[in-house]
Amino acid sequence: MKPDAFIEIDHVTFGYDERRTILSDLSLRFARGKVTAVLGGSGCGKTTLLRLIGGVHGVNQGRVVFDGEVVNVQDRAQLYRLRRRLGMLFQFGALFTDLSVFDNVAFPLREMTDLSEAMIRDIVLMKLDAVGLRGAAGLRISEVSGGMARRIALARAIALDPELIMYDEPFAGLDLVSMGVTAKLIRTLNDVTGATSLVISHDVPQCMAISDWVVLLATGGRVVAQGTPAELMGSTDAEVRQFVRGEPDGPVKFHYPAPTVAEDFGVGAGS
Amino acid sequence: MDFLAFLGARALAVLRGWGHAALFFVDLLGALLPSLRRFGLVVAQIHAIGNRSLVIILASGMAVGFVLALQLYNTLITFGAAESLGLVVNLSLVRELGPVVTALLFAGRAGTSLTAEIGLMKAGEQLSALELMAIEPRQRVLAPRFWAGVISMPLLAILFSAIGILGAWVVAVGLIGIDAGNFWAIQQSGVDVWRDVGNGVVKSAVFGVICTAVALYQGYETEATPEGVAYATTRTVVISSLGVLAMDFILTALMFTTGR
Repeated sequence: MKPDAFIEIDHVTFGYDERRTILSDLSLRFARGKVTAVLGGSGCGKTTLLRLIGGVHGVNQGRVVFDGEVVNVQDRAQLYRLRRRLGMLFQFGALFTDLSVFDNVAFPLREMTDLSEAMIRDIVLMKLDAVGLRGAAGLRISEVSGGMARRIALARAIALDPELIMYDEPFAGLDLVSMGVTAKLIRTLNDVTGATSLVISHDVPQCMAISDWVVLLATGGRVVAQGTPAELMGSTDAEVRQFVRGEPDGPVKFHYPAPTVAEDFGVGAGS
Repeated sequence: MDFLAFLGARALAVLRGWGHAALFFVDLLGALLPSLRRFGLVVAQIHAIGNRSLVIILASGMAVGFVLALQLYNTLITFGAAESLGLVVNLSLVRELGPVVTALLFAGRAGTSLTAEIGLMKAGEQLSALELMAIEPRQRVLAPRFWAGVISMPLLAILFSAIGILGAWVVAVGLIGIDAGNFWAIQQSGVDVWRDVGNGVVKSAVFGVICTAVALYQGYETEATPEGVAYATTRTVVISSLGVLAMDFILTALMFTTGR
């Protein structure tokens, strides 16, 4: 029996314009209450997938189902109602630079609820405490490091206790300590809140360490493999092995398609 | 045939652009009333857009007043009409120079700032973050700035004209020696509050709509790269300025070519 899917991607095809298809006939299921990592190289459509789930873009074909509701047929009011159930950590935080750390985390609470300022203060400090930054509440965004900004953004993403938390490249650009702390936070938050977590990344070790399920995506949104971290790490498939071990040679080409070196540099048989 | 196809493609692209801008404007208008629930945001933007434009507006108004008085005196004296200097300065400022020069300065000072701010918010994914938080960016970000621009522009134009008249008074009365009583009295008798001052205020409100809408549209639709933001700020100044000058001609024709 298939696990209860909180998010279902059903034969989805999507491109930003007619000439370039990013995802082609992609089908995936993300289980409720689990941490699922979607791994893949740059440009394979990972971030696009998050945007489709959030309804930022409509699909060209297929459907995106969010807890039983089809995202791509919703009107604006219905879509906004769905979005209130999700939180997203953006790759570079997307913090509001004119607000303090405290006000950034308080932002969704002030905008979306009628809670009193005293209640908001308590919630904000609790969320900041969860990411280890309660003491930084009074700082300006320009005063925090990249790793701290990511954790503040995480506190903001969970401010309203969303049912789905989407993480877009949460480990990119972090030092080893921040990376480990962030990975542990994602796992802990998932376990404590019971939310469904979707991590988009190309950091294999961290994702393997915290995920319940891993999907390996290739260019065009092709699913190379999916399974538990142990299954993928033990896979004998050449493409899976190349990706999880970061090997330069294998089915995944490093070079963008180009004429031969001989043609480009004017050397070869004739010279 | 290639040339015709090229012309057709260009015309279609221009029409598509205009249609896109019109839809954006209609969406923005729809967000205006709901945005008043957060009136504090409008006040903060009036401070950011209006108050911070004061120095350049006042300095320019004063300079224009000085120059206007000197130039007009040299011309009027040859017709023995130097005593009407105050009236001509006043009408020039409140009908034309106040609204138009304020709008051009506003496009350069506040318009570019708005475009760059919105463009960088887009590049930094702040607008996407709002969308995914189920907060409408047009209501939260664009509408308060639009209100602020439309409210600030007439106030700035009034201040520009007022300081310009004071500048002209300094030159006319202090330097040239025109009678101070006459300088003010001829303005009192010759300037109509509704026809002259009122129409000038209406003009500047219309210019406020043009400059602010163009700045917001350019920022919102910019390509989210450093080059994209740079081009968008340039387009803001060029399109706003041309729009203001074209609309000034139309409004002047409607307001001041009939009656009296």
